[in-house]
Amino acid sequence: MIIAGIDVGAVATKAVILNDGKIIGKGMATTGFEREEAVEAALAEAIKNAGISRGDIEKVGATGAGEAVEFADKRFEDVVADGAGANFLFPQAKTVIDVGGEEARGMRIDETGRVVDFALNERCAAGAGAFVEAMARALEVKTEEMGELSLQSDKDIEINAQCTIFAESEVVSQIHLKTSKADIARAVHEGIATRVVSMVRRSGVEGEVALIGGVAYNPGFVARIKEHLGKELLISEDPQIVGAIGAAVLAVGPEVEFKAPEAKLDTEKEWR
Amino acid sequence: MTQEKGSTTQEKEYWRWEETRWNSPDIDWKKADIITAGVDIGSVSSQAVVMCDGELYCYSNMRTGADSPDSAIRAMDWALEGTGMKVEDMHYIIGTGYGRVNVPFGNRTITEIACHARGANFMYGPTVKTVLDMGGQDCKAIKCDERGKVTTFLMNDKCAAGTGRGMEVFANLLAVPIGEVGELSLTVDEEPEPVSSTCVVYAKTEATGLLRAGWDKNKVLAAYCSAMAHRVFTLLERINVEKDFAITGGIAKNIGVVSRLEKELGLKALPAKYDTQIAGGIGACLFGKALIEKQRKAA
Amino acid sequence: MFNLIKRLIISHSYIANYGYSDGSGDYYIILDSDKCTGCGKCVEACLVGVLENYVDDYDDEIVKVTEAHSKSIKYDCGPCIPVGGERDVKCEQVCEPKAITVSIKVKGLD
Repeated sequence: MIIAGIDVGAVATKAVILNDGKIIGKGMATTGFEREEAVEAALAEAIKNAGISRGDIEKVGATGAGEAVEFADKRFEDVVADGAGANFLFPQAKTVIDVGGEEARGMRIDETGRVVDFALNERCAAGAGAFVEAMARALEVKTEEMGELSLQSDKDIEINAQCTIFAESEVVSQIHLKTSKADIARAVHEGIATRVVSMVRRSGVEGEVALIGGVAYNPGFVARIKEHLGKELLISEDPQIVGAIGAAVLAVGPEVEFKAPEAKLDTEKEWR
Repeated sequence: MTQEKGSTTQEKEYWRWEETRWNSPDIDWKKADIITAGVDIGSVSSQAVVMCDGELYCYSNMRTGADSPDSAIRAMDWALEGTGMKVEDMHYIIGTGYGRVNVPFGNRTITEIACHARGANFMYGPTVKTVLDMGGQDCKAIKCDERGKVTTFLMNDKCAAGTGRGMEVFANLLAVPIGEVGELSLTVDEEPEPVSSTCVVYAKTEATGLLRAGWDKNKVLAAYCSAMAHRVFTLLERINVEKDFAITGGIAKNIGVVSRLEKELGLKALPAKYDTQIAGGIGACLFGKALIEKQRKAA
Repeated sequence: MFNLIKRLIISHSYIANYGYSDGSGDYYIILDSDKCTGCGKCVEACLVGVLENYVDDYDDEIVKVTEAHSKSIKYDCGPCIPVGGERDVKCEQVCEPKAITVSIKVKGLD
């Protein structure tokens, strides 16, 4: 059975196509201001990768700004799709942390991927990937280089501001004080990791922890989260599409059983 | 020190507001019994205020530099310019604001909350019960009694929404000098929906989308001023607004935010007879005067 | 006894709201300076060090939220108010006069 899942995030729209439980194609497009266009572009890329035609898709599930997927059969809340997607890849996961471009979530899930409790970081740029992106601009560094840069430092400095706008000013002051960019980058990742972990602790951290969402590509962020939790993390090859996978899996409901594939763990990751 | 004119290679600094100083033409400070000063060092602006026998003598209002102690000295020097008065002539000096511990010539510090309440009481009279201070990097909602003593306060310095910095971001985005934002926002034919994001970062993205959709600058500014007014309104609601209501701080000068806030509150703010940014400094001066009077009585 | 007289005659009391509202919600620690005796039990009970002893502008020994923590109430105090769990706010529990209250409201959650 061929199914599709589309996750319309604030920053990126992700599409994934599964055939009998195996991922056969994926696509991504910048959401921008024309969400319907991003949906079409992401889906088209996934269809092309899958080597199928649009008509082969039997069911479509959507999440994120799911209303932008006009042809969706079913739409799901972000946390619900996250839980299902994480459970699909990592049946052993009991806690899921999703850190995206503009929102972050923490949740505890049961063995079927159903969400037991969840906590949110929404509507505030300091709580999600937007924070790293803004600090990258202040440091005049590419966002995708921030992680590696931060790992070059082993010195902790303070960034007191908890607001992206104020933190930008603090970073600029630090640059004037000749603080190394690596040290600043480390503090940036420490800041966002602290906020994400504190948020997750409200819904509880139990058992094995899966990390999903675009910011999971950031090795600096991953390192800080691991240290705060004192745990290893379950990170798939493509953490950004997990919500979309969940939406696809949920679209067909419990009557169809999938055998979860061997989820590949985070090793050497290419920044997407 | 006003706006840069005709910059070519550098970005025009739309966030830059006019720095000012003033001194009384009538008061002869040498005849004063008690001279006190208040230095309010904020993260964005600094003011030095001097009062003679509880009357406003001189003040300065300027952008805080990278070095707080230096900002305190420069603010005081500028306030005293041309008066012949020196710091040594003062009986008591109080530092307040975010950088209050960095006033090298200060005698003690008092929190900006207490100083703003006291200052508002002086500036607006004993009927003031609710004070809103929108500062450079914070937003304060204060209730006070008829003597200017704080009865409730709320200070938000975590989030840029509802602060001067938030407005600076928009002034830059729309390339409108910050002093003109308020007036421009009121030139719309129809009041637009407010920007939906509280977060300045996300509001900026939203505004970019509005501009792309063909919105004029004044309409986008109206949407943002409206959002900021609402944001501040929700903070005031928490402390239960009672009249009379007064606004201090920099954004008090932004008619776009003030008029919309008044509409939402159903309450007009008392008209300002003094520069709204010197409330903290005035309060500090008055605290100093009270301390000197207490000392003299005890002696 | 002297302390009581001092509080009644000399001191000035107020309600302090430490914390903030941002795009994501409202997070405050509310302190009633009239009820607060400055005993400091809440300062010790807090697992994160959010509170500190303090002499205010009116020379009263009370308690306040530290400047650093006033900007992260959501993250520091959130865990004492677990989602879907029992409210377990340590500072509130040890305060006999009930001078301190913690309020966490995440939009879309609380």
